Amino acid sequence: MTPAATALPFRSRTWARVGWLALAAYVVYACAQLDVSAERIASGLSNAAHFFGRMFPPNFARWDLLVKGLKESLEIALLASALGIAISLPIGFVAARNLMPAWVSWPARLVIVAARSFHPVIVAILFVKAVGFGALAGILALTVASIGFIGKLFAEAIEEISLKQVEAVRATGAPFMSVIGFGVLPQVFARFIGFCTYQLDSNLRNSTMVGIVGAGGIGGTLFAAFQRFDYDYVCAILISIIALIMAGEVLAMGVRGIFIDGLSLADLFRGRVGRLAAQGERHLEDD
Amino acid sequence: MLSLRHLAKSYVPGKPVLNDINLDIAARGITAIIGPSGTGKSTLIRCINRLVEPSAGEIEFEGENLVGLSRRALRRVRRRIGMVFQEYNLVERLSVMENVLSGRLGYVSPWRAWRRKFPPEDIARAFELLGVVGLAGFAGSRADSLSGGQRQRVGIARAVMQQPAVLLADEPTSSLDPKTSVEIMQLLADIARDRDIPVVINMHDVELAKRFADRIIGMSAGSVVFDGPPGNLSDATLKTIYGGEDWLQ
Repeated sequence: MTPAATALPFRSRTWARVGWLALAAYVVYACAQLDVSAERIASGLSNAAHFFGRMFPPNFARWDLLVKGLKESLEIALLASALGIAISLPIGFVAARNLMPAWVSWPARLVIVAARSFHPVIVAILFVKAVGFGALAGILALTVASIGFIGKLFAEAIEEISLKQVEAVRATGAPFMSVIGFGVLPQVFARFIGFCTYQLDSNLRNSTMVGIVGAGGIGGTLFAAFQRFDYDYVCAILISIIALIMAGEVLAMGVRGIFIDGLSLADLFRGRVGRLAAQGERHLEDD
Repeated sequence: MLSLRHLAKSYVPGKPVLNDINLDIAARGITAIIGPSGTGKSTLIRCINRLVEPSAGEIEFEGENLVGLSRRALRRVRRRIGMVFQEYNLVERLSVMENVLSGRLGYVSPWRAWRRKFPPEDIARAFELLGVVGLAGFAGSRADSLSGGQRQRVGIARAVMQQPAVLLADEPTSSLDPKTSVEIMQLLADIARDRDIPVVINMHDVELAKRFADRIIGMSAGSVVFDGPPGNLSDATLKTIYGGEDWLQ
Protein backbone atom coordinates (compact mmCIF):
# COMPACT_ATOMS: atom_id res chain seq x y z
CA MET A 1 0.00 0.00 0.00
CA THR A 2 1.16 3.50 -0.68
CA PRO A 3 1.58 5.83 2.29
CA ALA A 4 -1.27 7.97 0.97
CA ALA A 5 -3.70 5.09 1.35
CA THR A 6 -2.79 4.44 5.00
CA ALA A 7 -2.48 8.05 6.22
CA LEU A 8 -5.65 9.48 7.76
CA PRO A 9 -6.58 12.83 6.28
CA PHE A 10 -8.18 14.04 9.53
CA ARG A 11 -7.59 13.45 13.19
CA SER A 12 -9.41 10.44 14.62
CA ARG A 13 -12.57 11.63 16.37
CA THR A 14 -13.58 8.52 18.29
CA TRP A 15 -13.93 10.32 21.63
CA ALA A 16 -15.91 13.18 20.13
CA ARG A 17 -18.38 10.57 18.74
CA VAL A 18 -18.63 8.85 22.12
CA GLY A 19 -19.34 12.24 23.68
CA TRP A 20 -22.17 13.03 21.24
CA LEU A 21 -23.72 9.58 21.77
CA ALA A 22 -23.59 9.99 25.55
CA LEU A 23 -25.23 13.41 25.28
CA ALA A 24 -28.01 12.04 23.06
CA ALA A 25 -28.62 9.15 25.47
CA TYR A 26 -28.88 11.55 28.39
CA VAL A 27 -31.39 13.79 26.58
CA VAL A 28 -33.63 10.77 25.90
CA TYR A 29 -33.34 9.65 29.55
CA ALA A 30 -34.07 13.16 30.91
CA CYS A 31 -37.16 13.51 28.69
CA ALA A 32 -38.44 10.19 29.98
CA GLN A 33 -38.20 11.54 33.56
CA LEU A 34 -40.43 14.53 32.80
CA ASP A 35 -43.74 12.65 32.82
CA VAL A 36 -45.11 14.44 29.78
CA SER A 37 -48.51 13.13 28.82
CA ALA A 38 -51.33 14.15 26.48
CA GLU A 39 -53.58 15.06 29.44
CA ARG A 40 -50.96 17.37 30.93
CA ILE A 41 -50.49 19.15 27.65
CA ALA A 42 -54.25 19.54 27.20
CA SER A 43 -54.85 20.85 30.73
CA GLY A 44 -51.77 23.09 30.41
CA LEU A 45 -53.16 24.65 27.25
CA SER A 46 -56.54 25.29 28.80
CA ASN A 47 -54.92 26.81 31.91
CA ALA A 48 -52.87 29.06 29.67
CA ALA A 49 -55.95 30.13 27.74
CA HIS A 50 -57.76 30.96 30.99
CA PHE A 51 -54.73 32.89 32.28
CA PHE A 52 -54.35 34.91 29.09
CA GLY A 53 -58.07 35.57 29.02
CA ARG A 54 -57.92 37.16 32.44
CA MET A 55 -54.85 39.23 31.55
CA PHE A 56 -56.73 41.32 29.00
CA PRO A 57 -57.49 44.12 29.00
CA PRO A 58 -54.51 45.25 31.13
CA ASN A 59 -55.54 47.25 34.16
CA PHE A 60 -53.59 50.45 34.77
CA ALA A 61 -55.92 51.65 37.60
CA ARG A 62 -53.19 51.39 40.25
CA TRP A 63 -50.67 53.29 38.11
CA ASP A 64 -49.22 55.17 41.11
CA LEU A 65 -47.97 51.92 42.65
CA LEU A 66 -46.70 50.85 39.22
CA VAL A 67 -44.76 54.07 38.66
CA LYS A 68 -43.29 53.90 42.16
CA GLY A 69 -42.06 50.35 41.48
CA LEU A 70 -40.64 51.26 38.10
CA LYS A 71 -38.83 54.27 39.52
CA GLU A 72 -37.32 52.09 42.19
CA SER A 73 -36.23 49.49 39.62
CA LEU A 74 -34.61 52.18 37.50
CA GLU A 75 -32.84 53.52 40.56
CA ILE A 76 -31.57 50.04 41.44
CA ALA A 77 -30.35 49.41 37.89
CA LEU A 78 -28.59 52.76 37.43
CA LEU A 79 -26.94 52.91 40.84
CA ALA A 80 -25.88 49.25 40.70
CA SER A 81 -24.41 49.77 37.22
CA ALA A 82 -22.54 52.93 38.21
CA LEU A 83 -21.20 51.39 41.40
CA GLY A 84 -20.42 48.07 39.73
CA ILE A 85 -18.58 49.73 36.81
CA ALA A 86 -16.58 51.97 39.16
CA ILE A 87 -15.46 49.01 41.25
CA SER A 88 -14.88 46.55 38.42
CA LEU A 89 -12.62 48.92 36.47
CA PRO A 90 -9.66 48.69 38.88
CA ILE A 91 -10.40 45.04 39.71
CA GLY A 92 -10.45 44.12 36.02
CA PHE A 93 -7.17 45.95 35.50
CA VAL A 94 -5.30 44.17 38.25
CA ALA A 95 -6.83 40.83 37.21
CA ALA A 96 -5.23 41.05 33.74
CA ARG A 97 -2.39 38.55 33.81
CA ASN A 98 -0.40 40.25 31.05
CA LEU A 99 -0.04 43.50 33.00
CA MET A 100 0.19 42.31 36.59
CA PRO A 101 2.34 39.76 38.40
CA ALA A 102 0.54 36.57 39.47
CA TRP A 103 0.44 37.52 43.15
CA VAL A 104 -1.66 40.58 42.24
CA SER A 105 -3.86 39.10 39.54
CA TRP A 106 -4.89 35.93 41.37
CA PRO A 107 -6.59 37.64 44.34
CA ALA A 108 -8.41 39.94 41.89
CA ARG A 109 -9.53 36.94 39.86
CA LEU A 110 -10.78 35.28 43.03
CA VAL A 111 -12.92 38.34 43.79
CA ILE A 112 -14.37 38.18 40.28
CA VAL A 113 -15.06 34.44 40.50
CA ALA A 114 -16.72 34.92 43.89
CA ALA A 115 -18.90 37.71 42.50
CA ARG A 116 -19.95 35.46 39.62
CA SER A 117 -20.65 32.33 41.65
CA PHE A 118 -24.27 33.02 42.57
CA HIS A 119 -27.26 34.17 40.65
CA PRO A 120 -28.25 37.78 41.51
CA VAL A 121 -31.43 36.52 43.21
CA ILE A 122 -29.43 34.39 45.65
CA VAL A 123 -27.12 37.33 46.36
CA ALA A 124 -30.23 39.52 46.82
CA ILE A 125 -31.59 37.09 49.44
CA LEU A 126 -28.30 37.38 51.33
CA PHE A 127 -28.39 41.19 51.19
CA VAL A 128 -32.05 41.32 52.26
CA LYS A 129 -30.98 39.36 55.33
CA ALA A 130 -28.05 41.71 55.86
CA VAL A 131 -29.50 45.19 55.23
CA GLY A 132 -33.25 44.53 55.33
CA PHE A 133 -36.02 44.79 52.72
CA GLY A 134 -35.82 47.51 50.10
CA ALA A 135 -33.89 48.94 47.22
CA LEU A 136 -30.51 49.00 49.02
CA ALA A 137 -30.40 45.20 49.05
CA GLY A 138 -31.20 45.15 45.33
CA ILE A 139 -28.54 47.74 44.53
CA LEU A 140 -25.89 45.79 46.44
CA ALA A 141 -26.90 42.49 44.86
CA LEU A 142 -26.73 43.83 41.31
CA THR A 143 -23.47 45.65 42.07
CA VAL A 144 -21.94 42.29 42.93
CA ALA A 145 -23.29 40.82 39.69
CA SER A 146 -21.88 43.76 37.70
CA ILE A 147 -18.44 43.34 39.26
CA GLY A 148 -18.43 39.69 38.30
CA PHE A 149 -19.47 40.33 34.72
CA ILE A 150 -17.59 43.50 33.80
CA GLY A 151 -14.51 42.62 35.84
CA LYS A 152 -14.14 39.29 34.06
CA LEU A 153 -14.75 40.59 30.53
CA PHE A 154 -12.61 43.66 31.09
CA ALA A 155 -9.70 41.56 32.34
CA GLU A 156 -10.05 39.27 29.33
CA ALA A 157 -10.18 42.23 26.95
CA ILE A 158 -6.95 43.57 28.44
CA GLU A 159 -5.33 40.14 28.14
CA GLU A 160 -6.06 40.20 24.40
CA ILE A 161 -4.51 43.60 23.63
CA SER A 162 -1.52 44.01 21.37
CA LEU A 163 1.56 44.24 23.57
CA LYS A 164 3.50 45.77 20.68
CA GLN A 165 1.56 49.00 21.09
CA VAL A 166 2.23 48.91 24.82
CA GLU A 167 5.91 48.21 24.24
CA ALA A 168 6.22 51.26 21.99
CA VAL A 169 4.75 53.51 24.66
CA ARG A 170 7.03 51.96 27.30
CA ALA A 171 10.03 52.58 25.05
CA THR A 172 9.42 56.33 25.22
CA GLY A 173 10.17 56.26 28.95
CA ALA A 174 6.53 56.80 29.91
CA PRO A 175 5.61 56.16 33.56
CA PHE A 176 3.28 53.23 34.29
CA MET A 177 0.06 55.25 34.51
CA SER A 178 0.80 56.91 31.16
CA VAL A 179 1.47 53.51 29.60
CA ILE A 180 -1.98 52.47 30.83
CA GLY A 181 -3.59 55.67 29.56
CA PHE A 182 -1.96 55.69 26.12
CA GLY A 183 -1.02 52.08 25.44
CA VAL A 184 -3.70 49.96 27.15
CA LEU A 185 -6.91 51.93 27.64
CA PRO A 186 -7.35 53.05 24.01
CA GLN A 187 -7.19 49.41 22.95
CA VAL A 188 -9.99 48.30 25.29
CA PHE A 189 -12.12 51.42 25.68
CA ALA A 190 -14.71 50.62 22.99
CA ARG A 191 -15.18 47.11 24.32
CA PHE A 192 -15.43 48.43 27.85
CA ILE A 193 -18.27 50.77 26.84
CA GLY A 194 -19.92 47.79 25.17
CA PHE A 195 -19.68 45.71 28.36
CA CYS A 196 -21.05 48.59 30.43
CA THR A 197 -24.08 49.19 28.24
CA TYR A 198 -24.77 45.47 28.15
CA GLN A 199 -24.53 45.31 31.92
CA LEU A 200 -26.88 48.29 32.28
CA ASP A 201 -29.37 46.43 30.10
CA SER A 202 -28.91 43.28 32.15
CA ASN A 203 -29.25 45.20 35.43
CA LEU A 204 -32.49 46.76 34.21
CA ARG A 205 -33.94 43.31 33.60
CA ASN A 206 -32.64 41.93 36.88
CA SER A 207 -33.86 44.97 38.82
CA THR A 208 -37.41 44.01 37.88
CA MET A 209 -36.81 40.60 39.44
CA VAL A 210 -34.92 41.09 42.71
CA GLY A 211 -38.14 42.54 44.17
CA ILE A 212 -39.54 39.00 44.29
CA VAL A 213 -37.25 38.29 47.24
CA GLY A 214 -37.93 41.68 48.81
CA ALA A 215 -34.96 43.59 47.45
CA GLY A 216 -36.99 46.49 46.05
CA GLY A 217 -38.30 47.47 42.64
CA ILE A 218 -41.29 46.52 40.49
CA GLY A 219 -40.67 42.79 41.06
CA GLY A 220 -42.29 42.92 44.50
CA THR A 221 -45.44 44.49 43.05
CA LEU A 222 -45.50 41.93 40.24
CA PHE A 223 -45.13 39.01 42.63
CA ALA A 224 -47.90 40.34 44.89
CA ALA A 225 -50.22 40.82 41.90
CA PHE A 226 -49.58 37.22 40.79
CA GLN A 227 -50.40 35.90 44.23
CA ARG A 228 -53.65 37.86 44.36
CA PHE A 229 -54.60 36.56 40.88
CA ASP A 230 -54.80 40.18 39.62
CA TYR A 231 -53.81 39.02 36.17
CA ASP A 232 -54.97 42.21 34.44
CA TYR A 233 -52.66 44.20 36.73
CA VAL A 234 -49.87 41.65 36.06
CA CYS A 235 -50.33 42.39 32.37
CA ALA A 236 -50.05 46.14 32.99
CA ILE A 237 -46.84 45.57 34.94
CA LEU A 238 -45.35 43.35 32.22
CA ILE A 239 -46.14 45.95 29.55
CA SER A 240 -44.43 48.61 31.67
CA ILE A 241 -41.36 46.43 32.14
CA ILE A 242 -41.12 45.92 28.39
CA ALA A 243 -41.30 49.71 27.94
CA LEU A 244 -38.58 50.18 30.57
CA ILE A 245 -36.26 47.67 28.89
CA MET A 246 -36.81 49.30 25.50
CA ALA A 247 -36.04 52.71 26.97
CA GLY A 248 -32.88 51.20 28.41
CA GLU A 249 -31.91 49.89 24.98
CA VAL A 250 -32.28 53.36 23.48
CA LEU A 251 -30.18 54.79 26.32
CA ALA A 252 -27.49 52.16 25.71
CA MET A 253 -27.40 52.98 22.00
CA GLY A 254 -27.01 56.64 22.87
CA VAL A 255 -24.09 55.88 25.20
CA ARG A 256 -22.38 53.80 22.55
CA GLY A 257 -23.00 56.51 19.96
CA ILE A 258 -21.41 59.17 22.11
CA PHE A 259 -18.42 57.21 23.40
CA ILE A 260 -17.58 54.95 20.47
CA ASP A 261 -18.70 56.88 17.41
CA GLY A 262 -18.07 60.33 18.84
CA LEU A 263 -21.57 61.64 18.12
CA SER A 264 -23.06 64.68 19.80
CA LEU A 265 -26.43 64.71 21.56
CA ALA A 266 -27.81 66.69 18.61
CA ASP A 267 -26.78 63.88 16.22
CA LEU A 268 -28.57 61.39 18.44
CA PHE A 269 -31.80 63.38 18.45
CA ARG A 270 -31.66 63.65 14.69
CA GLY A 271 -32.22 59.92 14.68
CA ARG A 272 -28.88 58.73 13.45
CA VAL A 273 -28.64 56.31 16.34
CA GLY A 274 -29.90 53.18 14.63
CA ARG A 275 -27.60 53.41 11.65
CA LEU A 276 -24.54 54.26 13.69
CA ALA A 277 -25.31 51.75 16.39
CA ALA A 278 -24.93 49.08 13.74
CA GLN A 279 -21.50 50.52 12.97
CA GLY A 280 -20.71 50.53 16.66
CA GLU A 281 -21.42 46.81 16.87
CA ARG A 282 -18.99 46.28 14.01
CA HIS A 283 -16.33 48.26 15.89
CA LEU A 284 -16.91 46.01 18.87
CA GLU A 285 -16.36 42.95 16.77
CA ASP A 286 -13.15 43.96 15.08
CA ASP A 287 -11.55 45.15 18.26
CA MET B 1 28.41 57.92 23.00
CA LEU B 2 26.91 54.41 22.98
CA SER B 3 29.15 51.47 23.77
CA LEU B 4 28.32 47.81 24.16
CA ARG B 5 30.82 45.77 26.18
CA HIS B 6 30.75 41.96 26.21
CA LEU B 7 27.00 42.04 25.72
CA ALA B 8 25.39 38.59 25.80
CA LYS B 9 21.83 37.33 25.87
CA SER B 10 20.30 33.88 26.14
CA TYR B 11 16.52 33.46 26.36
CA VAL B 12 17.10 29.79 27.27
CA PRO B 13 20.13 29.04 29.43
CA GLY B 14 22.91 27.48 27.38
CA LYS B 15 21.50 28.69 24.04
CA PRO B 16 22.98 32.17 23.58
CA VAL B 17 21.34 34.48 21.02
CA LEU B 18 24.09 37.07 21.39
CA ASN B 19 27.68 36.24 22.32
CA ASP B 20 30.14 38.83 23.50
CA ILE B 21 29.09 41.82 21.39
CA ASN B 22 31.49 44.78 21.54
CA LEU B 23 30.48 47.88 19.61
CA ASP B 24 30.98 51.61 19.80
CA ILE B 25 28.41 53.78 18.10
CA ALA B 26 29.74 57.20 17.11
CA ALA B 27 27.91 60.43 17.83
CA ARG B 28 26.66 60.75 14.26
CA GLY B 29 25.92 58.74 11.15
CA ILE B 30 23.83 55.76 10.19
CA THR B 31 24.86 52.33 11.34
CA ALA B 32 23.12 49.41 9.68
CA ILE B 33 23.13 46.00 11.32
CA ILE B 34 22.59 43.33 8.70
CA GLY B 35 22.28 39.59 8.94
CA PRO B 36 19.87 36.72 8.33
CA SER B 37 16.64 36.26 10.29
CA GLY B 38 17.07 34.80 13.75
CA THR B 39 20.64 35.96 14.14
CA GLY B 40 20.00 38.25 17.08
CA LYS B 41 19.75 41.65 15.36
CA SER B 42 16.45 42.48 17.01
CA THR B 43 17.59 41.17 20.37
CA LEU B 44 20.71 43.31 20.11
CA ILE B 45 18.84 46.52 19.36
CA ARG B 46 16.22 45.78 22.02
CA CYS B 47 18.92 45.17 24.61
CA ILE B 48 20.11 48.74 24.13
CA ASN B 49 16.99 50.26 25.69
CA ARG B 50 16.37 47.12 27.73
CA LEU B 51 13.10 46.14 26.14
CA VAL B 52 15.01 42.86 26.34
CA GLU B 53 17.12 42.32 29.47
CA PRO B 54 20.74 41.48 28.59
CA SER B 55 22.13 38.38 30.33
CA ALA B 56 25.62 39.79 30.69
CA GLY B 57 27.78 42.73 29.68
CA GLU B 58 27.47 46.48 29.82
CA ILE B 59 25.67 49.15 27.83
CA GLU B 60 27.25 52.52 28.26
CA PHE B 61 25.14 55.46 27.13
CA GLU B 62 25.98 59.09 27.87
CA GLY B 63 28.45 57.99 30.53
CA GLU B 64 26.04 55.67 32.36
CA ASN B 65 25.83 51.88 32.44
CA LEU B 66 22.22 51.03 31.56
CA VAL B 67 22.44 47.44 32.79
CA GLY B 68 21.27 47.34 36.36
CA LEU B 69 19.58 50.73 36.33
CA SER B 70 16.50 51.00 38.53
CA ARG B 71 13.15 51.15 36.75
CA ARG B 72 12.89 54.83 37.46
CA ALA B 73 16.36 55.59 36.13
CA LEU B 74 15.69 53.37 33.12
CA ARG B 75 12.58 55.41 32.25
CA ARG B 76 14.66 58.58 32.43
CA VAL B 77 17.24 57.11 30.03
CA ARG B 78 14.61 55.71 27.65
CA ARG B 79 13.35 59.24 27.08
CA ARG B 80 16.69 59.89 25.35
CA ILE B 81 16.49 56.78 23.12
CA GLY B 82 13.99 56.94 20.28
CA MET B 83 12.77 53.67 18.80
CA VAL B 84 11.12 52.82 15.48
CA PHE B 85 9.54 49.38 15.08
CA GLN B 86 9.05 46.95 12.20
CA GLU B 87 5.29 46.87 12.61
CA TYR B 88 5.15 50.58 13.53
CA ASN B 89 3.57 49.73 16.92
CA LEU B 90 1.29 52.74 16.82
CA VAL B 91 -1.61 52.76 19.24
CA GLU B 92 -4.17 51.96 16.55
CA ARG B 93 -7.20 53.58 18.11
CA LEU B 94 -5.50 56.85 18.99
CA SER B 95 -5.17 59.74 16.57
CA VAL B 96 -1.97 60.52 14.72
CA MET B 97 -1.44 63.54 16.99
CA GLU B 98 -1.89 61.45 20.14
CA ASN B 99 0.58 58.91 18.81
CA VAL B 100 3.17 61.57 18.04
CA LEU B 101 2.64 63.25 21.41
CA SER B 102 3.11 59.93 23.18
CA GLY B 103 6.79 60.53 22.45
CA ARG B 104 6.60 63.16 25.21
CA LEU B 105 5.04 60.88 27.84
CA GLY B 106 8.35 60.57 29.64
CA TYR B 107 8.28 64.31 30.29
CA VAL B 108 4.59 64.93 30.98
CA SER B 109 2.91 63.75 34.17
CA PRO B 110 0.32 60.96 33.75
CA TRP B 111 -2.36 63.26 35.16
CA ARG B 112 -1.74 65.83 32.42
CA ALA B 113 -1.28 63.14 29.77
CA TRP B 114 -4.64 61.50 30.59
CA ARG B 115 -6.36 64.85 30.15
CA ARG B 116 -4.33 65.49 26.98
CA LYS B 117 -2.86 68.65 28.54
CA PHE B 118 0.47 68.64 26.74
CA PRO B 119 2.61 71.80 26.86
CA PRO B 120 1.86 74.10 23.90
CA GLU B 121 5.47 73.90 22.67
CA ASP B 122 5.16 70.09 22.46
CA ILE B 123 2.00 70.43 20.42
CA ALA B 124 3.62 73.01 18.14
CA ARG B 125 6.59 70.71 17.61
CA ALA B 126 4.32 67.74 16.93
CA PHE B 127 2.61 69.70 14.15
CA GLU B 128 6.00 70.73 12.79
CA LEU B 129 7.25 67.11 12.85
CA LEU B 130 4.14 65.89 11.06
CA GLY B 131 5.10 68.36 8.34
CA VAL B 132 8.67 67.04 8.32
CA VAL B 133 7.55 63.43 7.84
CA GLY B 134 5.06 64.47 5.17
CA LEU B 135 1.84 64.00 7.12
CA ALA B 136 0.68 67.58 7.56
CA GLY B 137 -3.10 67.53 7.81
CA PHE B 138 -3.28 64.02 9.24
CA ALA B 139 -3.16 65.04 12.92
CA GLY B 140 -6.79 64.10 13.58
CA SER B 141 -6.85 60.82 11.62
CA ARG B 142 -6.94 57.60 13.56
CA ALA B 143 -3.71 55.63 13.27
CA ASP B 144 -5.51 52.53 11.96
CA SER B 145 -6.80 54.49 8.97
CA LEU B 146 -3.27 55.05 7.58
CA SER B 147 -1.26 53.00 5.10
CA GLY B 148 1.91 51.16 6.14
CA GLY B 149 4.26 53.86 4.92
CA GLN B 150 2.22 56.59 6.60
CA ARG B 151 2.16 54.62 9.84
CA GLN B 152 5.91 54.27 9.81
CA ARG B 153 6.18 58.03 9.30
CA VAL B 154 4.07 58.52 12.41
CA GLY B 155 6.30 56.02 14.22
CA ILE B 156 9.36 58.04 13.21
CA ALA B 157 7.71 61.31 14.26
CA ARG B 158 6.89 59.75 17.65
CA ALA B 159 10.52 58.70 18.14
CA VAL B 160 11.91 62.09 17.06
CA MET B 161 9.37 63.81 19.30
CA GLN B 162 11.36 62.43 22.25
CA GLN B 163 14.28 64.62 21.15
CA PRO B 164 16.42 61.53 21.45
CA ALA B 165 20.20 61.37 21.67
CA VAL B 166 20.12 58.22 19.57
CA LEU B 167 17.53 56.67 17.29
CA LEU B 168 17.11 52.89 17.13
CA ALA B 169 15.15 51.34 14.27
CA ASP B 170 14.25 47.65 14.37
CA GLU B 171 13.62 46.51 10.78
CA PRO B 172 11.81 49.76 9.94
CA THR B 173 11.25 48.84 6.28
CA SER B 174 10.65 45.10 6.45
CA SER B 175 6.86 45.45 6.32
CA LEU B 176 6.93 47.98 3.48
CA ASP B 177 7.08 47.77 -0.32
CA PRO B 178 10.44 48.57 -1.99
CA LYS B 179 9.55 52.12 -3.03
CA THR B 180 8.17 53.06 0.39
CA SER B 181 11.19 51.39 2.01
CA VAL B 182 13.54 53.74 0.18
CA GLU B 183 11.39 56.75 1.14
CA ILE B 184 11.42 55.73 4.80
CA MET B 185 15.19 55.16 4.75
CA GLN B 186 15.64 58.56 3.12
CA LEU B 187 13.51 60.12 5.85
CA LEU B 188 15.60 58.45 8.57
CA ALA B 189 18.80 59.62 6.83
CA ASP B 190 17.48 63.20 6.59
CA ILE B 191 16.56 63.20 10.25
CA ALA B 192 19.96 61.79 11.24
CA ARG B 193 21.66 64.55 9.26
CA ASP B 194 19.41 67.49 10.14
CA ARG B 195 19.20 66.71 13.85
CA ASP B 196 22.72 65.36 14.04
CA ILE B 197 21.82 62.20 15.93
CA PRO B 198 23.21 58.73 15.35
CA VAL B 199 20.79 56.15 13.95
CA VAL B 200 21.18 52.41 14.42
CA ILE B 201 19.08 50.40 11.98
CA ASN B 202 18.48 46.68 11.80
CA MET B 203 17.75 45.43 8.34
CA HIS B 204 18.09 42.42 6.14
CA ASP B 205 18.09 44.28 2.81
CA VAL B 206 21.78 44.52 1.95
CA GLU B 207 21.35 46.90 -1.01
CA LEU B 208 19.32 49.34 1.08
CA ALA B 209 21.91 49.16 3.85
CA LYS B 210 24.77 49.84 1.40
CA ARG B 211 22.89 52.77 -0.08
CA PHE B 212 22.14 54.63 3.16
CA ALA B 213 24.53 53.48 5.88
CA ASP B 214 27.87 55.02 6.77
CA ARG B 215 28.84 51.89 8.61
CA ILE B 216 27.70 48.32 8.31
CA ILE B 217 27.79 45.69 11.01
CA GLY B 218 27.31 42.14 9.78
CA MET B 219 25.98 39.60 12.25
CA SER B 220 25.84 35.86 12.02
CA ALA B 221 24.76 33.40 14.70
CA GLY B 222 24.80 35.99 17.45
CA SER B 223 28.26 37.41 16.76
CA VAL B 224 29.62 40.37 14.84
CA VAL B 225 31.40 39.04 11.75
CA PHE B 226 31.88 42.28 9.83
CA ASP B 227 32.26 45.90 10.84
CA GLY B 228 33.22 48.59 8.38
CA PRO B 229 32.15 51.02 5.68
CA PRO B 230 29.77 49.73 2.96
CA GLY B 231 32.59 49.83 0.42
CA ASN B 232 34.44 47.05 2.23
CA LEU B 233 31.49 44.70 2.09
CA SER B 234 32.61 42.04 -0.39
CA ASP B 235 30.70 39.06 -1.72
CA ALA B 236 32.94 36.86 0.38
CA THR B 237 31.88 38.73 3.53
CA LEU B 238 28.23 38.51 2.55
CA LYS B 239 28.69 34.77 2.15
CA THR B 240 30.02 34.57 5.72
CA ILE B 241 27.09 36.63 7.00
CA TYR B 242 24.24 34.95 5.17
CA GLY B 243 25.77 31.62 4.15
CA GLY B 244 25.43 30.09 0.69
CA GLU B 245 26.03 32.07 -2.47
CA ASP B 246 23.22 31.36 -4.92
CA TRP B 247 21.36 34.51 -3.80
CA LEU B 248 24.35 36.72 -4.66
CA GLN B 249 23.95 36.13 -8.40
